[in-house]
Amino acid sequence: MKESKTSKQLLQELLNQHYEEALEAKKSGELVAWSTSIAPQEFLETMDIKVVYPENHAAAIGARKCAQEFIDNSEARGYSIDLCSYARVNIGYMDIKESVAGNIPMPDFIFCCNNICNTVIKWYENIAKELHIPMILFDLPFNHTYEVPDHSVKYIRGQFENAIVQLEEISGKKFDYDRFKEVMKISSETAKWWKQASNEAAARPSPLNGFDLFNYMATIVCMRGKKEGLNLFKLWAEELHDKAKRKEGPWKDAEEKYRVMWDGIACWPYLSDTYKVLKKNGINMVTSTYPDSWSIIYDSNDLDGMARAYSSNYANRNLEFGADNIVKLVEDFSLDGIIFHSNRSCKLMDFRQYEVQRKVSRRTGIPSVIFDGDQTDPRAFSLAQYETRIQALVEMMEQKKKERANRE
Amino acid sequence: MFLGVDIGSTTSKAVILDSKLNILSASVINTGTGTLGPEKTVKAVLSKAGLNEKEIQYSVVTGYGRMTYQKADKQITEISCHARGTFFLKPNARTIIDIGGQDAKVIRLDEDGRVKNFAMNDKCAAGTGRFLEVMARILDCRINRLSVLSQKATEEINISNTCTVFAESEVISQLAAGVKRENVAKGAHKAVAKRVAGLAGRIGVEPDVVMTGGVALNKSVVDALEQEIKEKVTVLKKPQIVGALGAALYAFEMIDM
Ligand code: SF4
Repeated sequence: MKESKTSKQLLQELLNQHYEEALEAKKSGELVAWSTSIAPQEFLETMDIKVVYPENHAAAIGARKCAQEFIDNSEARGYSIDLCSYARVNIGYMDIKESVAGNIPMPDFIFCCNNICNTVIKWYENIAKELHIPMILFDLPFNHTYEVPDHSVKYIRGQFENAIVQLEEISGKKFDYDRFKEVMKISSETAKWWKQASNEAAARPSPLNGFDLFNYMATIVCMRGKKEGLNLFKLWAEELHDKAKRKEGPWKDAEEKYRVMWDGIACWPYLSDTYKVLKKNGINMVTSTYPDSWSIIYDSNDLDGMARAYSSNYANRNLEFGADNIVKLVEDFSLDGIIFHSNRSCKLMDFRQYEVQRKVSRRTGIPSVIFDGDQTDPRAFSLAQYETRIQALVEMMEQKKKERANRE
Repeated sequence: MFLGVDIGSTTSKAVILDSKLNILSASVINTGTGTLGPEKTVKAVLSKAGLNEKEIQYSVVTGYGRMTYQKADKQITEISCHARGTFFLKPNARTIIDIGGQDAKVIRLDEDGRVKNFAMNDKCAAGTGRFLEVMARILDCRINRLSVLSQKATEEINISNTCTVFAESEVISQLAAGVKRENVAKGAHKAVAKRVAGLAGRIGVEPDVVMTGGVALNKSVVDALEQEIKEKVTVLKKPQIVGALGAALYAFEMIDM
């Protein structure tokens, strides 16, 4: 009998497979796309075009602690230190083409969606120019209104339709609408299970060690439209659900004392350092703004719904939504505190961080801290400073707990 | 007897309290992290109080070097310790501005002296004692005379760069263009105040505003800060030892509870 795999094992296998398939495809002359992390991959999946995600790859390079080489390369070629470090790593990789963190094939075209930020437009445009390859751009305007306005939906839908034509031209193949319907269905299903799994962390103690979110994230980016992805997240959700039923916490050797959310990207080069400081203090990161970023859920065959869903991610929504979203997380996940990563790379995320912090603290009264870091540039983080902030957060959370206990 | 030690980047401080919370002795040594400074300051504070190590019932260490100092019973962040020390000396304090050698922080307190929120700058030397040291060097002035120099200013110049390295070259070209040293000195103090006021603005300023840390001894910074945040700024008597005092108060609570 075949032993059933855990979702963690499956996760690693799927990631390896994802990169191998892309490299294989390139070798045999098939098309390969480079895509941003929350792009409508449904179109590519429908056309069976292999795709890799430079943000994922750059994160992997960061986590393997070898980002500096790539950063130095792109900076030496004139890219500013103020540019997002994912971009600097990726642009460096285009030149070096070799990393211990794994390799990716060079792209035949670019698939870029600016619902995460506008940096990606210029970053990918540069790649397209340098490699003389076509670029498909989805311009998803920032939502200054609370909900995505209808005119944006119309505008985005038009671009979706146009992308199909562009893809047909680039690949020389016809777009299969039946298959598209199927892929839409799988993608929404996968997203639902991803959300479901991350919601299991609402249990007390949380069965999920939140830093795992960072690992599973790589697969929700690249496997969302695939059956394997769907199965993975289903399995993960079930595992967590069972664990919660058994009242098992995030760690075998330590107790979950405080529950926090992490706002922003991980510090990949210091992933385990940042994690250990939290664990040492009994802090479990139970959620972040990530679970919602990929819960892109819509009805199959509903292009308008799909347009709306792709424009509805946290990063593309206004300040009020941003604050409401976190306030809701504080309630749903019974949070004791919030850690904001002021990420030197990501202007978009930092831009409203102070104000979100103010609003959330006013409405929920829970303590929070901001620390300086960077997702992949190892030069922009100090462990001692991080630790001081986390410890100060613990001292504030402890105080609140005591007050609560005194009142009860 | 209760000992509080505060190990900063440029100085080490220590305070001993008796069980009636009287300050028996305090010491400040001009060496920060590393073993030497902290050890010297603890020795000094013990001998001033006429005590030996064994008479200390509990000790708490705080500050940037707290993680590496092994001899204390407990370590607590400088945020909590500054809050505790300040509130003890001045219960009306609601905002603390602490400017040290390498960082600046602003802490908000509630009516019970608990930390409500804080903001810190330490990835950058702007708005810290280090910035003033760099300026003093270019102006060929001893750091403790910089404030006096600035009080002689006849004009207020602006140092527009926040980056210390950029500000350095900006000041050099101003001096070359004939701007007077005292006017530059005044500009430097204002630059620090502006930067810290920005930090304070992030979490809001509520009176009474109290300033702690070594830079509080610099009157020109305090004046400039008052102008920037439009509030009166009170400087505690020995602003440098407030963190160590807070640590000692925590040490007392550990035994008292
Ligand atoms: S990290 Fe921020 S700036 Fe960089 S690609 Fe992502 S959203 Fe854009």
